Amino acid sequence: MNRIHQKLQADNKILSIYFTAGYPSLNDTVKIIQDLEKNGVDMIEIGLPFSDPLADGPTIQASSTQALKNGMTTSLLFQQLKDIRESVSIPLILMGYFNPVLQYGVEDFCRKCQEIGIDGLILPDLPLDVYQENYEAIFNKYGLVNVFLITPQTSDDRIDQIDAASDGFIYMVSSASVTGSQDGFGNNQETYFQRIADMKLKNPQVVGFGISNSETFQQATKQAKGAIIGSAFIKFLTQNGVDKIGDFVKGIRK
Amino acid sequence: MNYNVDEKGYYGEFGGAFIPEMLYPNVENLRQQYLIIMAEPSFKKEFDQLLKDYVGRPSPLYFAKRLSEKYNTKVYLKREDLNHTGAHKVNNTIGQILMAKRLGKTRIIAETGAGQHGVATATVCALMGMECIVYMGEIDIARQAPNVARMKMLGAEVRPALSGSRTLKDATNEAIRDWINNPVDTHYIIGSAIGPHPYPDMVTRFQSIISEEIKWQLKEKEGKENPDFVVACIGGGSNAAGTFYHFLHEKEVGIIAVEAAGKGVDSGESAATSVLGKMGIIHGCKTLLMQTIDGQITEPYSISAGLDYPGVGPMHAHLFKTGRAEFIAVTDDEAMQAGMVLSKLEGIIPAIESSHAFAILETRKFKPEDVVVINLSGRGDKDLDTYIKYFKL
Repeated sequence: MNRIHQKLQADNKILSIYFTAGYPSLNDTVKIIQDLEKNGVDMIEIGLPFSDPLADGPTIQASSTQALKNGMTTSLLFQQLKDIRESVSIPLILMGYFNPVLQYGVEDFCRKCQEIGIDGLILPDLPLDVYQENYEAIFNKYGLVNVFLITPQTSDDRIDQIDAASDGFIYMVSSASVTGSQDGFGNNQETYFQRIADMKLKNPQVVGFGISNSETFQQATKQAKGAIIGSAFIKFLTQNGVDKIGDFVKGIRK
Repeated sequence: MNYNVDEKGYYGEFGGAFIPEMLYPNVENLRQQYLIIMAEPSFKKEFDQLLKDYVGRPSPLYFAKRLSEKYNTKVYLKREDLNHTGAHKVNNTIGQILMAKRLGKTRIIAETGAGQHGVATATVCALMGMECIVYMGEIDIARQAPNVARMKMLGAEVRPALSGSRTLKDATNEAIRDWINNPVDTHYIIGSAIGPHPYPDMVTRFQSIISEEIKWQLKEKEGKENPDFVVACIGGGSNAAGTFYHFLHEKEVGIIAVEAAGKGVDSGESAATSVLGKMGIIHGCKTLLMQTIDGQITEPYSISAGLDYPGVGPMHAHLFKTGRAEFIAVTDDEAMQAGMVLSKLEGIIPAIESSHAFAILETRKFKPEDVVVINLSGRGDKDLDTYIKYFKL
C-alpha cells in the first residue's frame, strides 16, 4: 500500500495542489513542495513541463513554457527531488505528457520514480488500452499508481473499465474543458458529481479542473474524496512568488 | 508488407490514438463510424457529386513537355492546383464535412498552416451553412494574408495561435483544446494525415482520389496504370498520402516523398523530419517527430508554411522506416528555383509546398523512359508575396 492509498483511506476533503516544476524559478521545486506540506496540503502533483500541453489552458501552458525556458528537464527534476523524502511525507505524483516519459524510457522513468519515492503518475495522453498492453506491468513493478481521467462525457461503461483498471484514485475532470477555463460550478457539474457518486466506484474520486477557491473546493468535495487545484495556484505563484504559499492554502481551507 | 493501417490503428509501429480522455468519446465514435459512413451509397454519391461539380474533378494529368525535355525524362503533373480553392485540401474537407453532418455535428474547427486547409474548410462550411473556426499560427497569419482574407469572406472566424512557434503545430494544439472545450457539437476537420487514429486513415482515404485518378488517366495516356515514380511534397503528408495510396502495394512504382530542408538539414532551421526526427508522440499519434533529447517538440522551419511541421503522418513514418519510400530533403533555395523553372517552362506558378516536389528533378536522376508523376498539390497565388520578396520581382 503506498502513500496515496493511505492518505485516501484516512482523510476526506483531500486538498491536492498541482504546480509546474521549474516555475516560477528553476530551483523552486523543493521549496514549493515543502511549503505546501507544511501548510496542510494533502497531496501534490508535480508537473513535468511539456512543449505542447494539449489539455492545458493558457495559465499552465505559460508556466510550462517558462519552466522549459528556465532550463527544466526530466533529469534535472529527478535530481532536484532526489532527497525529497527526507523532508516530505505526503503523496507525490508526477503529472505530465507521455512523450518526455517515452524519450526518457518508460522503465527507467518508473525506476527513478521509485528511487525518489514518487507514488503515482498522471499522463493524460497515455490511453487506457496502451497502458494496459504495454506499461501496466512496469508501473506495478515499481509500485506506481497510474491515475486515469474521466469527464462528464465519459460513458458509464468506460468509467467501469477505468475503475477496474485503476488502483489509487480516479481523476474526475469537472467539465468539458482544458485546465483553468471556468469559474464556479453549475447544475451540470452537480448532476455529474451525483451521477458518479451513485456509481459507487471502487476507487475514490478526486475532482480537478475549475477549482480555484474555497467555494469550488467545498462543492467539489461534497461527494468526491478530494480536489486538485492547478491553474489558480500557478496564478498565485505568478503574482506572489513562492514566499506566501501558506496564504493560498489558508484561502482554500477557510 | 502492409502499408495500410491495421485494425488497431497502427502502421507498423506508428500511429495509434494517444489522446487525453476528454477527446476519447469523439475520437472513438469517429473510429467506429467512419468506414461505415464512407461505405454508405448516399455518402458516396454526395461525395462523388461534389468532387465533380463543385471541386471540378477529375483534375487533369498533364504531360509537361518542356519540363520533360529539360530533365530528359517523362514528367506528368497531377493538377491538384486546379481544384476549387486551389489545392488538394478540398478533397478531404468535402469528405469530412459530409462525415460531420452524418455524425450530427453543427460546429466545425480546423487548424491551418499555409491557409489552404483553412480556406478549404471555410469553403465547405459556407457550402453547408455550418459555423467554422480556423486556428492559425500568428506568424502564418502574417505570411499568408490573402488566405486569411479568403477565410473571412467565406464566413469563418480565424483565431490566432499565440503559443510556441506560432505556426502549424501550435494552431493544431489550439484546435485540439477547442475540441476538448466543445465535445458535443463540434467536429474537428484535421487537414493532414496526422492526429489520432482514425484521422490519418480517413484523411488518406479522402485524398486517395488523387492516385485513383492518376491510374486511369495514365492508362489513357501511357497505356499503363503504374508510373515508374510518384512524387509529392510532405509536411504532415496529406497530398503525399493521397498521391501514394493506390501505389503503395504496386512494387514497380517508386515512391518519393520530398521534405522541406529549410535553410539546410544541418542548419538548425529545417523541417526535414525523416532526417531530424525520432519516434515520439505528437498531436495524438506515435510517429517520427523533431524533438529534443528530453522529448520536447522542437520548432521547425521552412519557407513554406504548409511544410512547417515537426512531424510526419504515421503512414509516412512507416514508409520511411520500411524503405518503401525514398525521402529527399529540399532547401528553401532549391524549392524557390524550382518554382521559377515550372513557371517559366510550363506557365504554372506552383505553391511553394509543391515547388519542393519539383526541386528533386535537379538532383534525382531519372531515365529518359521513366514516367514520373509529380503531384502539383497547390497553386502559387497565396505565395506571391514570398516569391516577390525572394526574387525581388
